[in-house]
Amino acid sequence: MAIKILTEHINVPGIESFDVYRKQGGYTAVEKAIKTMTPDAIVEEVKKAGVRGRGGAGFPMGMKWSFLAKPEGVPRYLVCNADESEPGTFKDHYLMKNIPHLLIEGMIISSFALGANKSFIYVRGELMYVIHILEKAIAEAKAKGFLGKNILGSGYDLELVVQPGGGAYICGEETALLESLEGKRGNPRNKPPFPAVKGLYQSPTVVNNVESIATTAWIVNNGGDAYAAVGIGRSTGTKLISASGHINKPGVYEIELGVPVEDFIYADEWCGGIRTGHKFKALVAGGSSVPILPANLALTLANGEKRLMSYESLSDGGFATGTMLGSGGFIVFDETSCIVRNTWNFSRFYHHESCGQCSPCREGTGWMEKVLHRIEYGHGHQQDIDLLVDVSKKIEGNTICPLGDAAAWPVASAIRHFRDEFQWHIDHPSEATQPGAVYKGEMALV
Amino acid sequence: MTTETNNSAVEFTPDRLEKANEIIARYPEGKQKSALLPLLHLLQEQEGWTSPEGMDYVARMLDIQPIEVYEVATFYTMYHINPVGKHVIEYCRTGPCCLMGGEEVYSHLKQRLGIETGQTTVDGQFTLKEVECLAACGMGPVFQVREKYYMHLTNERVDEIIDELSK
Repeated sequence: MAIKILTEHINVPGIESFDVYRKQGGYTAVEKAIKTMTPDAIVEEVKKAGVRGRGGAGFPMGMKWSFLAKPEGVPRYLVCNADESEPGTFKDHYLMKNIPHLLIEGMIISSFALGANKSFIYVRGELMYVIHILEKAIAEAKAKGFLGKNILGSGYDLELVVQPGGGAYICGEETALLESLEGKRGNPRNKPPFPAVKGLYQSPTVVNNVESIATTAWIVNNGGDAYAAVGIGRSTGTKLISASGHINKPGVYEIELGVPVEDFIYADEWCGGIRTGHKFKALVAGGSSVPILPANLALTLANGEKRLMSYESLSDGGFATGTMLGSGGFIVFDETSCIVRNTWNFSRFYHHESCGQCSPCREGTGWMEKVLHRIEYGHGHQQDIDLLVDVSKKIEGNTICPLGDAAAWPVASAIRHFRDEFQWHIDHPSEATQPGAVYKGEMALV
Repeated sequence: MTTETNNSAVEFTPDRLEKANEIIARYPEGKQKSALLPLLHLLQEQEGWTSPEGMDYVARMLDIQPIEVYEVATFYTMYHINPVGKHVIEYCRTGPCCLMGGEEVYSHLKQRLGIETGQTTVDGQFTLKEVECLAACGMGPVFQVREKYYMHLTNERVDEIIDELSK
């Protein structure tokens, strides 16, 4: 039986309530942490666990914690990033809605480890019903003495605030999130200074994803070494994968890192295979930002070995033949999917969500969307494919925040692997714009 | 739609005022501007949209300039800066939902309501908006009406939902 670090109890009836969660062993990690461990000892365990940021960037969480500045007399903040908005990603939504106390427990442990007395959970505003669930869970935990003043008689105080966003993908970028939390437009900040030095209200701040924070309860209970023993190599632990698209069983799955991509797609335990009667065409493995891969490269590395669900294996081959684990937003495309249309769709997304601060992103995302739109609608020019590559290169690396890269990569990778499909749209516009028309040329369907 | 000039000043109802004060008290001394996004949600819940009068009211409440409210309300997609119908349907147009037939279902929805994106039905019942990913990709196609998510949409399901909401 595969190990479940986050979702072992998620299907227990009533698990959203404090009492049921507690009966399943909930809040024992808070007791252990606050009564028997020092904050530094908790940081050490999280470092040993090797857990990497689950929001998409994959930065080691313990290291991020250890960067937190601790000047005397200045408050420190922990902010949970629950602004989940990356297309294809719905795992934090699933976790918070079904087992809210796991996040609350993680927030208490993490806040204690970082010395924060007021911590925030910034939830995308569309998930207002989840905000109500979290607020109820916080009230329950407070009534039981796990939050508020003098937690479990330890002298440690913590208040948790749930903050709604207003509908803006960019607020998933940590400094844009902090701006938003301060009641401003979500414009990412220039770095340095990093949030660890000057974050929320110019105070030292750690921003972590929901899933990352949720792991701390298990790490405290079982130790960092036990966590690091799960997974493969530097991809320690488990990962929540949001599976969508043309598969038999869409949903959120907790996998031990290192499962072969092929098994994840075809095993009944997970996606249950490509929807009946269809063939596997392409994969976006980690949310819309990461490079799209054709089926053959999604399943196997350039050297012929099986590609695994891990940070290293998914990025094997660089962008030439690889991609990224990202947020774990796993979108599967069968042979009925038009890559041009999907690329236009993703470009429209990034254009819509660009905050407008940096010209390469503000102008470039709109330009790419416009060019992709005309290709998709049968008005493409012969030079358009090269133009798209050129624009994407001029956005990449030239912006304050990673949204520029996130907008450039899907376009560049779609052209890298599906160039013939774009060319077909340009060469055969009347055929390509028929309802349901899809490129039928040579490609590696599985 | 033009703004009515003789509109009486917007104020929170007593229970919302209490809620607003509770929200403002969540933040450290001097950081009350952090309450802006939650208060705009509260305003929209009461008024149906973030009207200019309502935004000015929120500015006074937080002791900030009205422009600081306007620039925020116009940045975030959830705030309706124009009047809307009784039910605002926010329809996901992003890739994963489209893979599940989201575009076809959307055409049906527009036909059923007889309006295009951004419009309101003549009876004022429905406003239709396209939004980006709602973080429910495995359950697509998806739309949202206020706090409620409607998932696994089909043409038939859309008809049922519209019938239900029309009652």
